[in-house]
Amino acid sequence: MTTSPSQVHELGMPGPSSTPPGPIADAIASSVQAHGPKQTELKAKDMKTDQEVRWCPGCGDYVILNAVQSFLPSLGIAREDMVIVSGIGCSSRFPYYLNTYGMHSIHGRAPAIATGLAASRPDLSVWVVTGDGDALSIGGNHLIHALRRNVNLTILLFNNRIYGLTKGQYSPTSEVGKVTKSTPMGSIDAPFNPVSLALGADATFVGRAMDSDRKGLTEVLRQAAEHQGTSLVEIYQNCNIFNDGAFELLKDPATGTQWSIPLVHGEPLVFGPDGAACVVRDDFGGLRIAETNQVDASEIVVHDSHRENPAYAFALSRLSSQDLRYTPMGVFRSVQKPTYDAMMAEQVDLARVQEPADLDALLGGNDTWQVEAQPSLSGE
Amino acid sequence: MTASTPTSATPATGPAATGSASGGLVKSVVELDRVVIRLAGDSGDGMQLTGNRFTSETASFGNDVSTLPNFPAEIRAPTGTLPGVSSFQLHFADHDIMTPGDAPDVLVAMNPAALKANLTDLPGGGLLILDSDEFTPRNLAKVGYATNPIEDGSLEGWQTVSVPLTSMTTDALKESGLGKKEAERSKNMFTLGLLSWMYHRPTEGTIRFLERTFRRKPEIAAANIAAFRAGYNYGETTEAFAVSYEIKPAPMAPGRYRNISGNQALALGLIAAGQRSKLPVFLGAYPITPASDILHELSKHKSFDVRTFQAEDEIAGIGAALGASFGGALGITTTSGPGVALKAETIGLAVMTELPLVIVDVQRGGPSTGLPTKTEQSDLLQAMFGRNGEAPVPVIAPRSPSDCFDAAIEAARIALTYRTPVILLSDGYLANGAEPWAIPAADDLPDLTGAVDFATEPNGADGEFLPYLRDEQTLARPWAIPGTAGMQHRIGGLEKADRTGNISYDPANHDFMTRTRQAKIDGIAHSLAPTEVDDPDGDARVAVIGWGSTYGPIGAACRRIRRSGRSVAQVHLRHLNPMPGDLGDILARYDRVICPEMNLGQLAMLLRARYLIDIESHTQVRGLPFRAAELAAVMQDAIDSTHGAALGADATGGAE
Repeated sequence: MTTSPSQVHELGMPGPSSTPPGPIADAIASSVQAHGPKQTELKAKDMKTDQEVRWCPGCGDYVILNAVQSFLPSLGIAREDMVIVSGIGCSSRFPYYLNTYGMHSIHGRAPAIATGLAASRPDLSVWVVTGDGDALSIGGNHLIHALRRNVNLTILLFNNRIYGLTKGQYSPTSEVGKVTKSTPMGSIDAPFNPVSLALGADATFVGRAMDSDRKGLTEVLRQAAEHQGTSLVEIYQNCNIFNDGAFELLKDPATGTQWSIPLVHGEPLVFGPDGAACVVRDDFGGLRIAETNQVDASEIVVHDSHRENPAYAFALSRLSSQDLRYTPMGVFRSVQKPTYDAMMAEQVDLARVQEPADLDALLGGNDTWQVEAQPSLSGE
Repeated sequence: MTASTPTSATPATGPAATGSASGGLVKSVVELDRVVIRLAGDSGDGMQLTGNRFTSETASFGNDVSTLPNFPAEIRAPTGTLPGVSSFQLHFADHDIMTPGDAPDVLVAMNPAALKANLTDLPGGGLLILDSDEFTPRNLAKVGYATNPIEDGSLEGWQTVSVPLTSMTTDALKESGLGKKEAERSKNMFTLGLLSWMYHRPTEGTIRFLERTFRRKPEIAAANIAAFRAGYNYGETTEAFAVSYEIKPAPMAPGRYRNISGNQALALGLIAAGQRSKLPVFLGAYPITPASDILHELSKHKSFDVRTFQAEDEIAGIGAALGASFGGALGITTTSGPGVALKAETIGLAVMTELPLVIVDVQRGGPSTGLPTKTEQSDLLQAMFGRNGEAPVPVIAPRSPSDCFDAAIEAARIALTYRTPVILLSDGYLANGAEPWAIPAADDLPDLTGAVDFATEPNGADGEFLPYLRDEQTLARPWAIPGTAGMQHRIGGLEKADRTGNISYDPANHDFMTRTRQAKIDGIAHSLAPTEVDDPDGDARVAVIGWGSTYGPIGAACRRIRRSGRSVAQVHLRHLNPMPGDLGDILARYDRVICPEMNLGQLAMLLRARYLIDIESHTQVRGLPFRAAELAAVMQDAIDSTHGAALGADATGGAE
C-alpha cells in the first residue's frame, strides 16, 4: 500500500510511505500519485458537483448537504481521497452532490461495500450515507457488523422515522401507533433506538445531531471524522412530505431546551430552562432525570464520552423515549480501539516478512515429483 | 486396453486367518495397469485423510490418479450408522485416466455401516477388507444386520479378508503411553500402512506428513507413524495377503508434478491472477460447503497482497469484494449455489457499475440447502439468468481439478479486461477431487497487466472525465480508482447516461445501454480460441458436448466408444457465456448431438435456444459424477441407431 499504518491513523489521510511499496501495489500507487502533490486547501464550492439536487423542496437533506459541503474542506483531505458510499433511499442520493468519489449502491449494503473499500485502501477517507430504513431494516446486519469490526468508516444515518422514497410507510424508527399508508390502524412495531443499537454492537464512536442545528451537527461530524474506527452519527432529519414536524419537540425553541440534553465531554449533564433538570445515577446502575435543585451537585453526572464500558453511554441513550422527551444530543461515546483495516494491513505486512511472496514456490507446494523425458508417450 | 484387476489376478484367499505370520514368506507380486480402491468408514474414522495420503503417495510414485471423496454433511453423524458413512474412492493407473472409476476393485470397510452402504457398488469377486473388531453385535444391530456377514456366508461372492485392524493397532501402540481410545484413532494409519504395502507405495511422504502435522504433539506423531509402520509390516508378514500389486508409473509429459484438488487449484489460480495483474487480491466470503477451503487457502497467503474478509453473510462478502474492486483490487467472492442466490442483487450492481469481480460458485446439489456435500451442475441457469433485468454475466467452468487453476486466471482475465463480474462454476466433485498437476512456471502464466490500466487523465473533449466512455474494442469503461486526482466520479445502480455516467431515465438511453452491456459480454467471444473438437477418426456423425466436471466421464466414455471401433466427437465448453463464435457451425455438422449433464438439461436448453439444434439431453442428479460405462452406453445407442445397425463391439466395459 502507499501509506504506512501509522500515517493512516491521522484522519485517513494519505501520506508518503516509509517503506517502499511492494510491486503489487504499484498500479494503485502510481494512479494515486499521478498528479503530484494533493490539493487539500478546498472551499465549500469545491465540494459541489454539476448535478441538480433533487430532494423535495424543504427537505432536511438540503440542510445536511450544505453543512457537510461546508465542513468537509476543514478536514484537509483531498477530494479524490474521499469516497461516499450510500444505499437506497432519499438520503442515499447524497454522493451525487459531492465532488468526491462515490457509489450509490443497493438497499442496505453500503456498510459492506464500504468495508471492502476501506479495508483494502486504508489511505482513503470512506463515508457511508444511509437512512433509517436502509441502515436499520434491510441493512441492519451489515451495520452492526461494521460497528463491531471497527472498520475506519464514518456512517451518517439520516433518521426521519419514515420511508420517504417509497412514499410513506412506517420505518424501524417510527413510533408505536404511527398511522401510515401501510399501518392504517397504527404501527404495532416497537422501534429501534439507533444509538442504543450501535452501542449494543460496541461501536467506538456514536453521536447524534439535528439537521437544522448546523453548529451542533458540524461539531459531531468533526469528531466523527477524526475518530479512527467506525463512527456512527444519527442525524434527525425532517421529511416535510411524509413525516413533517417529527422532531419539532426538540427543534421548537419553546420546547427544545426542555427536552434536549446536550452532551459535552467533561461537563455536568444539566439541561432545561435555567438548568432546572439534570441527569443522576439511579439505584440500578443506570441513569435518571432529576430536578437540579433537588439533588446535591456532586450527584449530577459529568459526561465522559471516553468511558471504556459502553454501559454508561447506553444508559444515556435510554433516557429518551419514543416521543423524544429527554433526548441527549452530541457525542455519546468516543473510545480508541484498533481499527480493522489497520490490523488487516499489519497482518499482510507481517506475512510478507515471515514468508516472502514467491509464486513459483507457492505453486510447487511441499510434495512434488519429477517426470523425466521418455522416448515415447502412449497416452491411452 | 483391458484392465486386469485384483479380481482376476489374485489367487483366491479364504476368510483370513489373522494371527501372526512367520517371517520369510514368499509372496508373489502381480502387475496391474489400474486399480480402483474405495475406503469407507465412519465419518470420525479419518477416511478422507487416509485417502488423501494414499493419493499423495500414489501421485508421487508417478501413477496417474483421480479421486472421489464422498462424505455426509453432518460433521459427526451418530457413530456406526449409515448416515455417518464417509468414503474416499481413488483410481490410479500406469496410464492417463480421466475418472475416479465407475466401481471399486477393492473395498475397505471399517465397520458394518460402511460395508452395508458400499457393498452394492463392489462387483462380484472384488477384494473386500474388513475390520473384524468392529463387527460387534451392537454395531451390526445399528445397521440392521441380523447376523454377522463375516460369518453367515453372505460375503461369499467376494474375496473377503477380515482383519482385526483396531486391536492390531492398539497392540502396536501398547508402549506409546496413549490410552486405548486414543490409540484406536490411529487405525486409519494402520490401514494406510497395509494398503501401502499391498500396492508398493512409497512411505517417506506419509511419515514426513505426520511429523509435520503433529509437530507440536510429538507423541501423537510417533503413535501414528508406529501404527502406519505396523500396518505395513503386517502386510509383509501375514498369510492373509499372499499377493501384492505393482502399478507402474504412468507416462507423463516431462516436468515437475504435484497432486492438487480443485479448491486448492482454484485458490492458487486466484493468487496467480493477482500476481500476474499486479493487483492486490481481496476475497470477501462467507463459509459454505463445499467452497470454504478456497477461503482457508487464500487466508494463508497474505504475503501475496491477499486480503481475506470473512463477512457476516453472503451479501456482505460480495459487497466488500465489489467495494475493493472499486478501489482497484481484484475483488473475489467464493460461494456455492445458495450463496449465489443471495449475491444476485450485488452481481446486478457490478453489471451496472461495470467493475471487475470474480464470483466462484462451487456447485452442490440443490435446490435450497439440497445436498451440501454432493456434486451437481444445476446452477448454470442461475449463473446465466438469476438476476433482475437484462444483466448479462460471463460464465466459465473448469473441467478437472487442476484445470480450476487455469479457469481462475481466465475468469480474472475476462473480469479485468471487460470490467465485468464473471461467474466461475466449479462443483463439489472438482472441489474435493484431486489429480496430478504439471506445475507451471510463474513466468509462463498469462500476463494480465495489460487488462489493468487505471484511468488517470480526463477523456472528455472539454477536459472532463467520462466514466462511461468505452474502449472501442472491448466496450469496457475506464477504471478510475479513488485517490486519483481529477477523476472523481459517482457510480451506482441507477441507469447511467452513456459517456457521462450521470443518472438517466431517458428511454432511448436505457435501450442503448442495455444493448451495449449485452454487446460487451457477447464481444468476449472474439477473444476466445477456436473450439477444440476431439474426433481422432475424423468421421464421427455423433457428437457429445459437455461442460464442467463431466469432462472426465465423457472423455473416458469416448475412449471406450473409439476402442469399440466407433467414432464420436467430443466438444467440451470452458465458456458458457458467451459461447465460442464457432460453436453453432460445429454442432450443425453432426447428425446427433448428445449433452450429458448433472442437472435436468440446462446446457441443452441453452444450446437449443441459441442454435436451433435438436440436442439430446442425458441427465442425472444423484450427487455423484457420471459413470463412464453409462455414458458409453448412451453414446453407443445413439451411434448405432444413427448408422441404422449396431456395429462394433460393446463399448460399455473395460478400462479408460
